[in-house]
Amino acid sequence: MGIDFQRHTFDVIVVGAGGAGLRAAIEASAQGAKTAIICKSLLGKAHTVMAEGGAAAALGNVRPEDNWRVHFRDTMRGGKMHGNWRMAQIHAQEAPDRIRELEQWGALFDRTKDGKISQRPFGGHTYTRLAHVGDRTGLEIIRVLQDKGVHSGISVFMEFTVFHLPLADGRVAGALAYDRERGRFHLFGARAVILATGGIGKAWQITSNSWEYTGDGHALAYRAGAELIDMEFVQFHPTGMVWPPSVRGILVTEGVRGEGGVLRNSEGKRFMYDYLPDMFRGEFAETDEEADRWVAGDQKNNRRPIELLTRDVVARAITSEIKAGRGSKHGGVYLSIAEKRGPEYIKKKLPSMYHQFKELAGVDITREAMEVGPTTHYVMGGVKVDPETQETNVPGLYAAGETAAGLHGANRLGGNSLSDLLVFGRRAGGAAAEAALAVKSGGEIPDGDVQSMIQQALAPFEREGGENPYAVQADLQRAMQENAGIVRDEAGLRAALADIEKLRARAAGVGAWGHREFNPGWHTCLDLQNLLIVSEATCRGALLRTESRGGHTRTDFPESDPKQARVEYVIRRRGEEMTVEARPQPDLPPDLDKIIKEGA
Amino acid sequence: MAKRTFRLFRGNRETGGDLKEYTVECDEGMVVLDAVHRVQAEHAPDLACRWNCKAGKCGSCSAEVNGKPRLMCMTRLSDYPPGMTLTITPMRAFKSLRDLVTDVSKNYENNRRLPHFQPRRPDFPDGEFRMFQYEVERPQEFRKCIECFLCQDVCHVLRTHEKHEEFIGPAFFVRAAVYEMHPADEGDRLAHVKEEGGIGYCNITKCCTEVCPEHIHITDNAIIPLKERVADRHYDPLRWLLRKLTGRG
Repeated sequence: MGIDFQRHTFDVIVVGAGGAGLRAAIEASAQGAKTAIICKSLLGKAHTVMAEGGAAAALGNVRPEDNWRVHFRDTMRGGKMHGNWRMAQIHAQEAPDRIRELEQWGALFDRTKDGKISQRPFGGHTYTRLAHVGDRTGLEIIRVLQDKGVHSGISVFMEFTVFHLPLADGRVAGALAYDRERGRFHLFGARAVILATGGIGKAWQITSNSWEYTGDGHALAYRAGAELIDMEFVQFHPTGMVWPPSVRGILVTEGVRGEGGVLRNSEGKRFMYDYLPDMFRGEFAETDEEADRWVAGDQKNNRRPIELLTRDVVARAITSEIKAGRGSKHGGVYLSIAEKRGPEYIKKKLPSMYHQFKELAGVDITREAMEVGPTTHYVMGGVKVDPETQETNVPGLYAAGETAAGLHGANRLGGNSLSDLLVFGRRAGGAAAEAALAVKSGGEIPDGDVQSMIQQALAPFEREGGENPYAVQADLQRAMQENAGIVRDEAGLRAALADIEKLRARAAGVGAWGHREFNPGWHTCLDLQNLLIVSEATCRGALLRTESRGGHTRTDFPESDPKQARVEYVIRRRGEEMTVEARPQPDLPPDLDKIIKEGA
Repeated sequence: MAKRTFRLFRGNRETGGDLKEYTVECDEGMVVLDAVHRVQAEHAPDLACRWNCKAGKCGSCSAEVNGKPRLMCMTRLSDYPPGMTLTITPMRAFKSLRDLVTDVSKNYENNRRLPHFQPRRPDFPDGEFRMFQYEVERPQEFRKCIECFLCQDVCHVLRTHEKHEEFIGPAFFVRAAVYEMHPADEGDRLAHVKEEGGIGYCNITKCCTEVCPEHIHITDNAIIPLKERVADRHYDPLRWLLRKLTGRG
């Protein structure tokens, strides 16, 4: 006699209901697959709602010179030449159609004067490229996809958490989950599973990510035998709130800089001029006057303001200024939009920033500067996938969106995530549906396997006097913040790995109080297992990457090493051991290489 | 920093529950949700509450603070006198599940039943519609909705009269208005809004507008125009006569 569980059968299961998950499910369903979405929160609450600035696509509505080649080049260079070239190519080529498709599904993007989709400038993009809705683009996109999804006959299991992917005959055979409302177990049989669970930002103390971002998809894939790559590449967004303490880490959109926002240190100096990397020399405004003319609208004859350098560069610059004692009152730097734009313009273009600062910090951004500092934001690394289909090395298992790796290389450009979700969500959904419909029947999942996983999940209830899981989580976040944050070195990373080892032992002894219904303490016990896997993976990758590149900065190896540009560090499970090995990536084909070297 | 006492609802309203007191340290700038998290981490790991973004963008952490529907993440402790005990209870218009969590599934059902966007043919060969900023701004206001359901919670038709089966509530008039006022939409939701939606129940007391954290003018910009359109269609005597004569409309 085991614990009861309910069985469900689908062709395709999508884990996660953010942009990638919803787009994947819509496509799988459109291809005729019986599709279900399983998501940890209520529908429409996924992290995509937090995306503010926009979705990058070379529509050419504002700058007709723009095309996929320029977008491809920007993405590769922004990723410090580490990205998967094929994914960058597909992404740049398909993003415009994915945006227009949203319009067909009811999206209401801001418009140009002649009634087309408007675009805004953003860091690292040569041309004005981001389709947007004020500063709540993510909300618009998720609502459009959500409405499209629920009207397409997709089944949605809200507030369900997947904690195991059973395999049968070498293929993924479904997903084992529990529902939060009643704490009951559910076995979803499926012939293809798409992981779209977002990122891992909850492994750090200062983060723009919600409680959901515990690396579930990464850990599920890893345990099922899939490869993780690039886990050392974590994006620390340059501008998070720093004051008051309770809002530390909450995102301040890059749109503030896109609209003309200026970064200054405590001496009032526009310090970004001192941090221009050689790679981008000659591409940015060299005087305030030139930048002002660009902000005023003459983007043809002037170069972009220096604040629009890529996120990795800006985040490192801010960190250096703070370290040098030139930080703001509460340990950040100043970001001012008020000195470049009038109050009405700011309220119109950045309404949620206006409210966020007004309501949470008592700061009026139409009059005063914001205080900002780096915050954990996004993981470029993740599950290794095939660029065309998003399938992992485990047959039947797919990953899309932030959970997958490759597109963004060592650093993601702002705006490339929303378009990533749409482009590769659709591809994953299409490929998974095709594969699922081609497989005759799902593999038999052994009952014993399911029972032992359920027993493991329930173990925290059995531990009388078990440790409080929140304490273990907080200690893990501290260890990662201290030693695997925006700047790293060998000694620190080894210390973090030693801490993770100790925390793993403590996590094996955490306890859950009360009953199974809607119990966040119990949930945290399960999350901890995933957080430990992704934290270890990040540290192991970071230790091997003896160079600084994009989101990964080593103080003991401050330069980029050209030999490691096209090397990825592959993380895999061997028994209970985590292994990591270097693997060279294929070189760019000559036509794409030419775009990079000679310009588009 | 100062300590503050919170009375949190624990348990289930229908099957048994009551207010329990917890005292935690409160730092500068803290919001109610921070305090709830502190209680969770220090005193009651099984305390149930929903939250995601903690920045007023996802609409998950709706509850009632001293009886007023609020987003916990956007309610600063400094808005209340120092030392004042705050009472935090789940939204009252919905069935209680556990602690601060309620059953909001009816809202998702309402949305699923609402007739979806029906696009006209695109205006440009690339598939875009020609829509101007002044045209999209009207429905864009409704798109600010974060589905926190505070408007549903405060609406007396749902909260007091419990007409959940006959009245879809302000949030879904807002949703209907998105598409009804969408420049490229050819669908028709008026019959739905009148019959299934029960828009006639609304007597425009504007409680929903007052409580909306996104400051959407729910009553003035969504509900009243929909009511007018319904009235035009169904209660205009000339149209009534035309319908009788032609059998259409």
